[in-house]
Amino acid sequence: MAAQSINTENLAREVLAGNRRALARALTRAENNNNEGGPLLAALYPHTGNAHIIGITGPPGSGKSALVSALTMQLRAAQETVAIVAVDPTSPFTGGAIMGDRIRMRDLAGDAGVFIRSMATRGLLGGLARTTADLVDVLDAAGFDRVLIETVGAGQSEVDIAAAAHTTVVVEIPGLGDDVQAIKAGILEIADLLVLNKADHPNSGAALQALRTMLSLGSTEDAWEIPLLKTVAIDGQGVDALLSKINEHQRYLRNSGMLLQRRQLHVRANLELRLRTSLLAEYLQGPTAHQFEEIVAAVIAREIDPATAIATLLDSQGFNRE
Amino acid sequence: MENQPIRVLIAKPGLDGHDRGAKILARALRDAGMEVIYTGLRQTPEMVAEAALQEDVDVVGLSILSGAHRALVPRIMELLRQNDLSDVKVFLGGIVPDGDVADMLAAGVQAVFGPGTSTVAIIESVRTAVYPSEA
Repeated sequence: MAAQSINTENLAREVLAGNRRALARALTRAENNNNEGGPLLAALYPHTGNAHIIGITGPPGSGKSALVSALTMQLRAAQETVAIVAVDPTSPFTGGAIMGDRIRMRDLAGDAGVFIRSMATRGLLGGLARTTADLVDVLDAAGFDRVLIETVGAGQSEVDIAAAAHTTVVVEIPGLGDDVQAIKAGILEIADLLVLNKADHPNSGAALQALRTMLSLGSTEDAWEIPLLKTVAIDGQGVDALLSKINEHQRYLRNSGMLLQRRQLHVRANLELRLRTSLLAEYLQGPTAHQFEEIVAAVIAREIDPATAIATLLDSQGFNRE
Repeated sequence: MENQPIRVLIAKPGLDGHDRGAKILARALRDAGMEVIYTGLRQTPEMVAEAALQEDVDVVGLSILSGAHRALVPRIMELLRQNDLSDVKVFLGGIVPDGDVADMLAAGVQAVFGPGTSTVAIIESVRTAVYPSEA
């Protein structure tokens, strides 16, 4: 398409100059991670590092989109520019997706200080897409003060957001389970801030109590005390308090040196994911592809077990693990 | 490019609240492997154009059952042009009198899908519009 013919330097320049059409195209290239995506990200990467990246995660229907919208309104009132990356799941059966996060963000329409982009997970299971961090980099380079990442509806294992955001907000709602649910492993563990949304619900007292207990049981060496906040996102209740806590967390990260620590975590997670993806693709497409097929056949025939098969394979590739 | 999913914006401009058709179509396009962004109800032409720009979609599907297509569609086409989005393919579905179809096509709409159009036909039209060489 026409968008693909624009050269990388011009596109990067336009993105940095604040051209929204160019930004949208750049995001597509970053998302598709094709041959043109790499040089573009390389050109933009030196301009990253200024945005505060905020992750919003929580179960489906917990009000993440409404909360993102309400938070953005507050940020705009404070003259800050906001980019939103809203992630929704890709169907594992057809590869298609329906992304409906914009529905709850209609109040943000027509504001040049806001940019909303929807993305589908395209097969990744951790709550984000493989290239979400790249889209965040593009938006960061484009000069937005804050980048909000809304994960897919998340539950007990979608914790990738912690390796992509500076500040992670976990949204819970009343009626999701008992206090044992609250102390299980999962997304509650990654919260920098914990929000009970739909706090006008009759059951919110019990939910609040369960979350408070969960927090009190936790032992953290961190000096940051995880706040528990109540919101009603659809009418904005409690959102100002949430934003001031988010800002407090941002200051804490800067002053405590945790910001650098998180950056190390982010870079490491990003590079590991890339390495895993590239190595696998390289292996499955390269001259080694037939070797993999042979191994698959051997395991199917029960001539060899899966663990030994992979050990043999790694040995043959020069990965000596002794 | 062919292995990237086609990105489609399904929008309901105007004031009618009948979004069953839009949702059925969103679902059908999803099942055809496309990435569908659904805007929700009561979008202004400005909101549709802005969403198309931010999402960098290949296709915009408009669902209008209010009879306001003669006002809304030319305005949306104009806004898309102003935003350098002339390459985006626009389809129109809903209640459009036969006598208006020629005007809608003249305004730049790829095709008009009335009641009873099969989702298979719509999927095919979308694919052909985005990848004409494969038709």
